[in-house]
Amino acid sequence: MSLKLPIYFDHAATTPCDPRVVEAMLPYFTEVYGNPGSRNHSFGWAGEAAVDTARDQVSNLIGADRKEVVFTSGATESNNLAIKGGAQMYAKKPAGSTGRGHVITATHEHKATLDPCKRLQKEGFDVTFLEPGRDGIITAEMVKNAMRDDTILVSLLWANNEIGTINEVPEIGALCHDRGVIFHVDGTQWVGKMPTDVNAAQIDLMSFSAHKMYGPKGVGGLYVRRRRPRVRLTALAEGGGQERGFRSGTLNVTGIVGLGKAAELASQEMTKDADRLRKLRDRIETTVTEKLDTVQINGHREKRLPHMTNISFGFVEGESLMMACKDIAMSSGSACTSASLEPSYVLKALGVGDDLAHSSLRLSLGRWTTEEEVHYATNKIIESVEKLRVLSPLYDMHNEGIDITKIEWAAH
Amino acid sequence: MAYSTKVVDHYENPRNVGSFGTQKEIKERKDVGVGLVGAPECGDVMQLQIKVDEATGKIEDAKFKCFGCGSAIASSSLATEWLKGRTVDEGLAIKNTEIVEELSLPPVKIHCSVLAEDAIRAAIADYKTKNGIEAKEPAHAH
Repeated sequence: MSLKLPIYFDHAATTPCDPRVVEAMLPYFTEVYGNPGSRNHSFGWAGEAAVDTARDQVSNLIGADRKEVVFTSGATESNNLAIKGGAQMYAKKPAGSTGRGHVITATHEHKATLDPCKRLQKEGFDVTFLEPGRDGIITAEMVKNAMRDDTILVSLLWANNEIGTINEVPEIGALCHDRGVIFHVDGTQWVGKMPTDVNAAQIDLMSFSAHKMYGPKGVGGLYVRRRRPRVRLTALAEGGGQERGFRSGTLNVTGIVGLGKAAELASQEMTKDADRLRKLRDRIETTVTEKLDTVQINGHREKRLPHMTNISFGFVEGESLMMACKDIAMSSGSACTSASLEPSYVLKALGVGDDLAHSSLRLSLGRWTTEEEVHYATNKIIESVEKLRVLSPLYDMHNEGIDITKIEWAAH
Repeated sequence: MAYSTKVVDHYENPRNVGSFGTQKEIKERKDVGVGLVGAPECGDVMQLQIKVDEATGKIEDAKFKCFGCGSAIASSSLATEWLKGRTVDEGLAIKNTEIVEELSLPPVKIHCSVLAEDAIRAAIADYKTKNGIEAKEPAHAH
């Protein structure tokens, strides 16, 4: 197979649509265009049938009942609905008062969780931001220690989007159900990649997104438990009362069909994909650590997603490394373009030094990643790190035995 | 973000990369001025060195090393080009705005040019201190 450049190693940002998903969606643009809300004619019924099929496909993927799936525009909306809608519904005191209830999340969550939680703080709720250990994992023990009598909601990622580390979700689910606390999981990076069973993991609310699992952008969903307990939410979007009133607005039938098909394909292919990508990911890590000194793999080595890796290459700045590897699409924890000059807050939360956070790359592989691509990218990264280390004053100092952490750097 | 052609050129073919010795040696060399600015935790460290011809007072050679983004590397590479052949006082006349203009740096990358100017000033100040020449103006602070 010939190698095609550029190479896409940023599947944690978004995935290409599977052609089978696109094929499934096509009729719903021009042929089957009825509004599922139109209950009085065949066009509407056809739209409703398509949505019902998708609901089955999605609920099968996550082990839920079809009635527990609420379609949204994506995981950001789902997180907002779960966190803000959940807190409003379970608040201990009315709006305008303080001490309305306690929410637990973590410092290295996605912004789509952190910002809604910060909003809750302004609206009279207390929020605890748990700090992970160096391995990046939030344990049931940490959650247990943070629980209070007035805790109403715990919101955590299943797997972290920058480092892929996996939180102790089933254990935390059991703990929350013991205490009668609602448990929301942001499953954006997890669902469609790893086996998911909302009942086994005792999850009450779970966000997911189509475009992270080879479906289209702009569609996702929120799992809302209906039994033991029956979870209620205050809707953010009010109107036509679609999706059991949780999310008004005409359903994005075409997108939902795409999400459904993507979910069906994920159910069939995730194990095969994960096994194959784990081997490729491990090969990247083994090769770079063999060929280069001062390389650090961030996050827990085993308890993380198989298709991604986050690596810090000491003494080399991430953005310049990406520039050297311009035919490979990746992400960096460096924040050289941001006004604040702050590197990744996720890596900082793990206690990774700012210098190594600036030196990090996230590589995330996908369904069509080939061995040739992995081989090319690994060599290119090694070659680029070597080139940039020739340029790096820090690497010189390191080699001369100077401890760069002991130098008094002028802050700027 | 797309880089300008000049940034890419300096990044891919950096001019005057290197050092006039180990950290210990350059600290002791009187004909060499060293400017080490930035900080690893900010994602930018520049080391700029000038070698001054005692007879003429001109910068006969300049070298740099840089840990930073493409724009930081290009800014320090450009600084070494501009310094060569100037007297130390002429070197002080180089302004970050000229670097911004030459490399077409976008607003988010202006700090790279500021750092390069700082490095120039620090290297010249180091040379002057080593040779007992009084600095004419205080080091640039920001």
